[in-house]
Order: sequence, then C-alpha cells, then structure tokens
Amino acid sequence: MATKRPTAPHLQIWRWGPHMTVSILHRASGTILAVVGLPLLLWWLGAIASGPEAYATFTQWVWAGEDGNGLQAVVNVLAKVALVVTTWALFEHTLSGLRHYVLDMGAGYEITTNKRWSHVVLIGAPLLTAAFWALLLLR
Amino acid sequence: MGNGTELGRVRGLGSAHSGAHHWWQERLSGALALIPVAFLLASLLLLPDLGYRTVREWAAQPLPALALAALLLSSLWHNRLGLRVFIEDYAHVTSNRIAILVALDVLTYAAGLYGLYALVRIALSPTGAA
Repeated sequence: MATKRPTAPHLQIWRWGPHMTVSILHRASGTILAVVGLPLLLWWLGAIASGPEAYATFTQWVWAGEDGNGLQAVVNVLAKVALVVTTWALFEHTLSGLRHYVLDMGAGYEITTNKRWSHVVLIGAPLLTAAFWALLLLR
Repeated sequence: MGNGTELGRVRGLGSAHSGAHHWWQERLSGALALIPVAFLLASLLLLPDLGYRTVREWAAQPLPALALAALLLSSLWHNRLGLRVFIEDYAHVTSNRIAILVALDVLTYAAGLYGLYALVRIALSPTGAA
C-alpha cells in the first residue's frame, strides 16, 4: 500500500524499545517494593521497637547468619539477593517515577529523547544500586 | 447524543463523574515519598554502624523519627494506590477483585497502625529500656 497516511497500530507489527522495558519494570519494581520492601521496613521498625533480641533475629534472617548451616545458610544467601534486588527496585521505581513526572508535563515524547531517558533509567538504577552497596559495605 | 453542557465539557469528567483523582494522588504520594526515601538511604550510609543501639538511638531523635513516619505513611499510601491498579488489571473475577481490594485496604491500615506504634515506642524510649 503506497500511502503516506498514518497506519493504525497493529498487534503484530512493532519493535521492542527501551521505553517498553522501563514501563513494565516500573510495575515489576513497584510490586517488589510492595511484597518485599514494605514488609522489610515494617519488620525492621518493629524489631527496633521490640528490643535487642528481636533486632538480632531480624539481622540474623535478613543479613548475617552467624552459625549458618543447612536451611539458615540457604535463607541467608537468598535474603541477601532479595535485599539487593529490593534496593535495585527502589532506585528503578524512583528514577522511572521521576521520568513519569516529566512525561506528565507533556515533555520528552520525541523518539530520541524518550529512548535516551529510558536508557538513563535502565542503566542508572543498577549503577546506583552498586554504588549504594559499595558505600555501605566499604565504609 | 449531544456534547453535554459547557460546564460538563470544561470539567471533562464524562459519565464516570471522576477520573484523574487516583492518578493525581499517585503522583502526589510518590513525590511525598522522595525526601524520606533519600533520608533513609543517606542515614543507612552515614550511621557509624547498623547495630541495635546505634539504630535505636538514631530512630528516637526527632528528625529521623519524623522522616521514618513520613516514609511509612507516604509509601503505604502510594503502595495502596499502585497495588490497586495492579489488582484491577489482573483480578478478573469481580468477587475476587473486591475481596482482594478490601484485603489491601485492611492490610494498609494495619501496617500503618503497626508502624506508627513502633515509631512511638522508639521515640519515647531512645535506649530501649522500659
């Protein structure tokens, strides 16, 4: 069809772009924060309020299992992975959310600009996660 | 079908009588969460250690206590709005959807009560001694 008129969007004819990745990761990271992040925050606050024993239980499960063997050791590795993934989700969701504020003002829809800032979010979140953990562990 | 009244068109709400409220609250609560999130991350990095005594004395001070309360309330509010959309998108059976949405509201309320109570306990007793 030799027509210059715009064609309707078609379900099967499209190409994946970084803005789509950012879009679905916004929902995914938000869900991670809801399912892991907020419960961790509440557990942490409750443990601080309860006292040293509760706080020790919290750190034992979430970060440092001293006498880790069997189930405890497996849980500790998984918990560390979950903690790092959750910090990534926080940075991803925050950067992606800031991008949304710009888009909400009607700016940043030009294809090159849109792709550039999508890439900034996708690369920025892992970088900030790495920087945060580096600063936390090396201080 | 007409175009409605002049006033109706200006309001732009259509037959649903509402529209942008949820969207606006989501933006507002997200913005409100930004500062306490930054405060928490910076505090975690700047505290000398993350042991019980240090963290408890830190969280009992006025500014950190307020920041933690702000973090709790803004993120719970934002979380409720966000999960609501998630549930509305994926829970297709009406009765299930309503039940899950009610559970979300009850859980949000309970989490707010729990978190605020913990923060009050911490603020009133910085050393943790009863």
